[in-house]
Amino acid sequence: MIKDIIEKIRALTKKSIIFRSSLIAAWAAILFLPFKDIKTAVMMFLSVLIGLSAIFFVRKSNFYQTFLEEFHPDFPHRFRKPALIALLIAFFVSPFILADYYLDVLIISGIYIILALGLNVIVGFAGLLNLGFAAFYAIGAYTYALLNTKLGLGFWACLPLSALSASFAGLLLAIPALRLRGDYLAIVTLGFGEIVRLTLNNWDSLTNGPNGITGIASPSLMNLSLGRLEYFYYIVFAFVLLTLAIIRRVESSRIGRAWIAIKENEIAASSIGINITKYKLYAFTFGTFWAGIAGTLFASKMQFVSPESFTFIESVFILSMVILGGLGNTYGTVLGAFILALLPEVLRGVQLYRMLILGLGLVLLMIFRPQGLLGGGKSVRIRN
Amino acid sequence: MFVLETNRLTRHFGGIKAIEDVSFKAKDRSIVSIIGPNGAGKTTLFNCFTGITKPTKGSIRFMNKEISGLQPHEIANLGISRTFQNIRLFSEMSVIENVMVGQHTKRKYNLFSAIFHNNNFLIQEQNILQNAFEYLEFIGLQNFADMRADNLPYGSQRRLEIARALATEPDIILLDEPTAGMNPAETEEVMSLIKNIQELGKTIILIEHDMHLVMGISDWIIVLDHGVKIAEGKPEQVRNDPLVIEAYLGKETIN
Amino acid sequence: MFLQQLINGLTLGSVYAIIALGYTMVYGILELINFAHGEIYMLGAYLVIIFLGIFTAMGLTSANFTLALILSIILTVVFCSAYGFTVEKVAYKPLRNAPRLSPLISAIGVSIFLQNFIMLTQGATDRGFPYRFGEGHLYFLNVDITYLQAMIIIVSGFLMFSLRIFIWKTRIGKAMRATSQDKTMAALVGINVNSIISVTFIIGAGLAAVAGVMVAAYYGLINYFIGYIAGIKAFTAAVLGGIGSIRGAMVGGIILGLVEGLGAAYISSEYKDAFAFIILIIILLIKPSGIYGREIDEKV
Repeated sequence: MIKDIIEKIRALTKKSIIFRSSLIAAWAAILFLPFKDIKTAVMMFLSVLIGLSAIFFVRKSNFYQTFLEEFHPDFPHRFRKPALIALLIAFFVSPFILADYYLDVLIISGIYIILALGLNVIVGFAGLLNLGFAAFYAIGAYTYALLNTKLGLGFWACLPLSALSASFAGLLLAIPALRLRGDYLAIVTLGFGEIVRLTLNNWDSLTNGPNGITGIASPSLMNLSLGRLEYFYYIVFAFVLLTLAIIRRVESSRIGRAWIAIKENEIAASSIGINITKYKLYAFTFGTFWAGIAGTLFASKMQFVSPESFTFIESVFILSMVILGGLGNTYGTVLGAFILALLPEVLRGVQLYRMLILGLGLVLLMIFRPQGLLGGGKSVRIRN
Repeated sequence: MFVLETNRLTRHFGGIKAIEDVSFKAKDRSIVSIIGPNGAGKTTLFNCFTGITKPTKGSIRFMNKEISGLQPHEIANLGISRTFQNIRLFSEMSVIENVMVGQHTKRKYNLFSAIFHNNNFLIQEQNILQNAFEYLEFIGLQNFADMRADNLPYGSQRRLEIARALATEPDIILLDEPTAGMNPAETEEVMSLIKNIQELGKTIILIEHDMHLVMGISDWIIVLDHGVKIAEGKPEQVRNDPLVIEAYLGKETIN
Repeated sequence: MFLQQLINGLTLGSVYAIIALGYTMVYGILELINFAHGEIYMLGAYLVIIFLGIFTAMGLTSANFTLALILSIILTVVFCSAYGFTVEKVAYKPLRNAPRLSPLISAIGVSIFLQNFIMLTQGATDRGFPYRFGEGHLYFLNVDITYLQAMIIIVSGFLMFSLRIFIWKTRIGKAMRATSQDKTMAALVGINVNSIISVTFIIGAGLAAVAGVMVAAYYGLINYFIGYIAGIKAFTAAVLGGIGSIRGAMVGGIILGLVEGLGAAYISSEYKDAFAFIILIIILLIKPSGIYGREIDEKV
């Protein structure tokens, strides 16, 4: 009896788009109900019903498939050179055109691009999921903040020191952690990130705890302060280009190829003589190096650091940039970082929903386009 | 002269004796086939040779040097390279990159050369690319250099794996069922490819089920059954060994 | 003093243990760190407060508090089970054959989504549990145990015991064990793997809901990010005991609760949350298979 009814409902679900949509919509509305009133739940039911019907309908007509095919990963290949040159020029002249507010946004995007590029070395090239990347960013930022405010060292002297200390922390974590399999490694990096944050938060005598460190100096060059927005913009811009160039070169070398080989198949990689442990360590120290650079830039831009900037969510945010752009795709990572860094500004009106959208976006991305915007195409790691 | 010798090699997995007291010698520049029914321990033997599995007991000597206990990459560096029964190409890479990465340990330069593109880098990369094309020509895939490895047809993927193994410039190359899933024409091609590899001066050890191929090209055959070596010899000796016929060939001819 | 901290740690540990069961069951079957599991627990804490509020408005709480409480708890468990079921269907099932990292990232997405959903609908400030109950005390060997603490420990023990019986004695439990050992073989002998996975998520989420209720009542204050930290700690407990092992999750949870309780009392309460992470890292580095876990090798 009950079985018959269930069978009938099943058959109907398969046949009717509207029925299927309304079932799902009703389910969603019921789940939603306890957290709001009935009116909102009904609204939710209707919007899900309409949205789903539309999606099912569009999927049935194959429009969806052709849409995906048009968005082919090889698309940027043809236009890469002219597009890159145009972009470079645009970025170069933007301080003369844009208002300070936009420059500010671009500077932050630039810092995120450096971060994402560094994380991409670890996750995208070597395939090691890192959920605590913000810790290395923090170590870079705090190294500069402390050396500058306590010892009076300047930006340029601190930059290599911060980068190396982030790199060294990466090495220290990686030596024991790399024996672990993928998701366990991810959790250890997450734990490391939390430990670093909690330490910064509680070691009052050194880090001033949750209040953070203020009065960090801007960079200067031969007694000329580069703290002004335009100057700082060019510094960040230069570092983005430098990072991009170096990472591209390493990627298309035997080192980059060894990383990809390890990511794709460790056993095959070791069978052709690649020392897995050594190259994973390489990836970790090399990737975290850029987090140190980005951290220094961030500290000198804000002239203030506090543990709040280096939470788990920050790590996920950077990871999302890499995933959105396409794991292992350098240009994709730049694009992903740029989009996600700009998104909060574009979504000013719905600022509150930013993280909600990020979470939903991650799920949808994994389901519908796990390779990201530019990933999954033919690889281009040959120098030519 | 023998390039590879095992002495009473044993590997247990828990209570299962995957290989038990296997001793044999492989002559330099010969083609040695390891045959036996499924589960006879053939792939475990390969895994021991390449360091993926550590032997429980016994020794493996490569060019008179003990190699059991070494890491896989160390063994690869000494000069033993392999292919896999279930193909393990770097599928996201292009065909030529798969061969380029094979030269990882033979054409070296460091991080700083890679960043500054110095002379050493340029020379080595030039060599890597050139060699990679030569290997691709050797296996007949030069026209597919730019394709993603996983877009190649199955038979070509197997040959690409051989090219990648050759790119490490090994003395011994281990082929794990190189013709599995191939049609007779493709099998014929692989057979001549193996002979060509032998002419390069390499020793070949292969696991194979195709008896026509095994009998046709092997200099020496080792027969395993339930982890134990039950016979070895030249093809005609093995073919007529009553133990082998009973344990293995008997079943095979019925099929 | 020591015994007192022991009891506090045991209370906390029982809660971790129940949440850890959900992690360990899902990992056992899908090899997925179900990052959203902690959020289900958080939802449970919110739901019980919401339902109690509804019953208060209906006048049921003043008429019969026990009935209202029990009804709220049942509704909370039912809803949380539905959330667990839905999360699996929406965010993990389409990724069953994807690379291992995809479902993990999807899970992180779900976690962020649920956290922010609650923040937006329920506000970013702390929510209080509207009623105090079980405030009576037991005195035993100079130790002060509230009825609520005793209840938490007993209910947790009962749930763990029931789950063990369920998994070892019932048909579905046996099917779960078979599925966790080999999904393909389980499917071949006629087990509906998809339903078993759903059941796993439903049970795990139901347990998390109970944990949420207990924490809401015990601490009296909750907020939208309690799920993240409790999730990590419960996961630590699962790893400590040996992931995939039910018994391990119980033992791990209790050990972790004790360490945290005693550590906060005798070492430093500021670093209370760091203990879990440090234990987690040490365990993973020294013995990733945990106390009761089995070693896993990659097949060649």
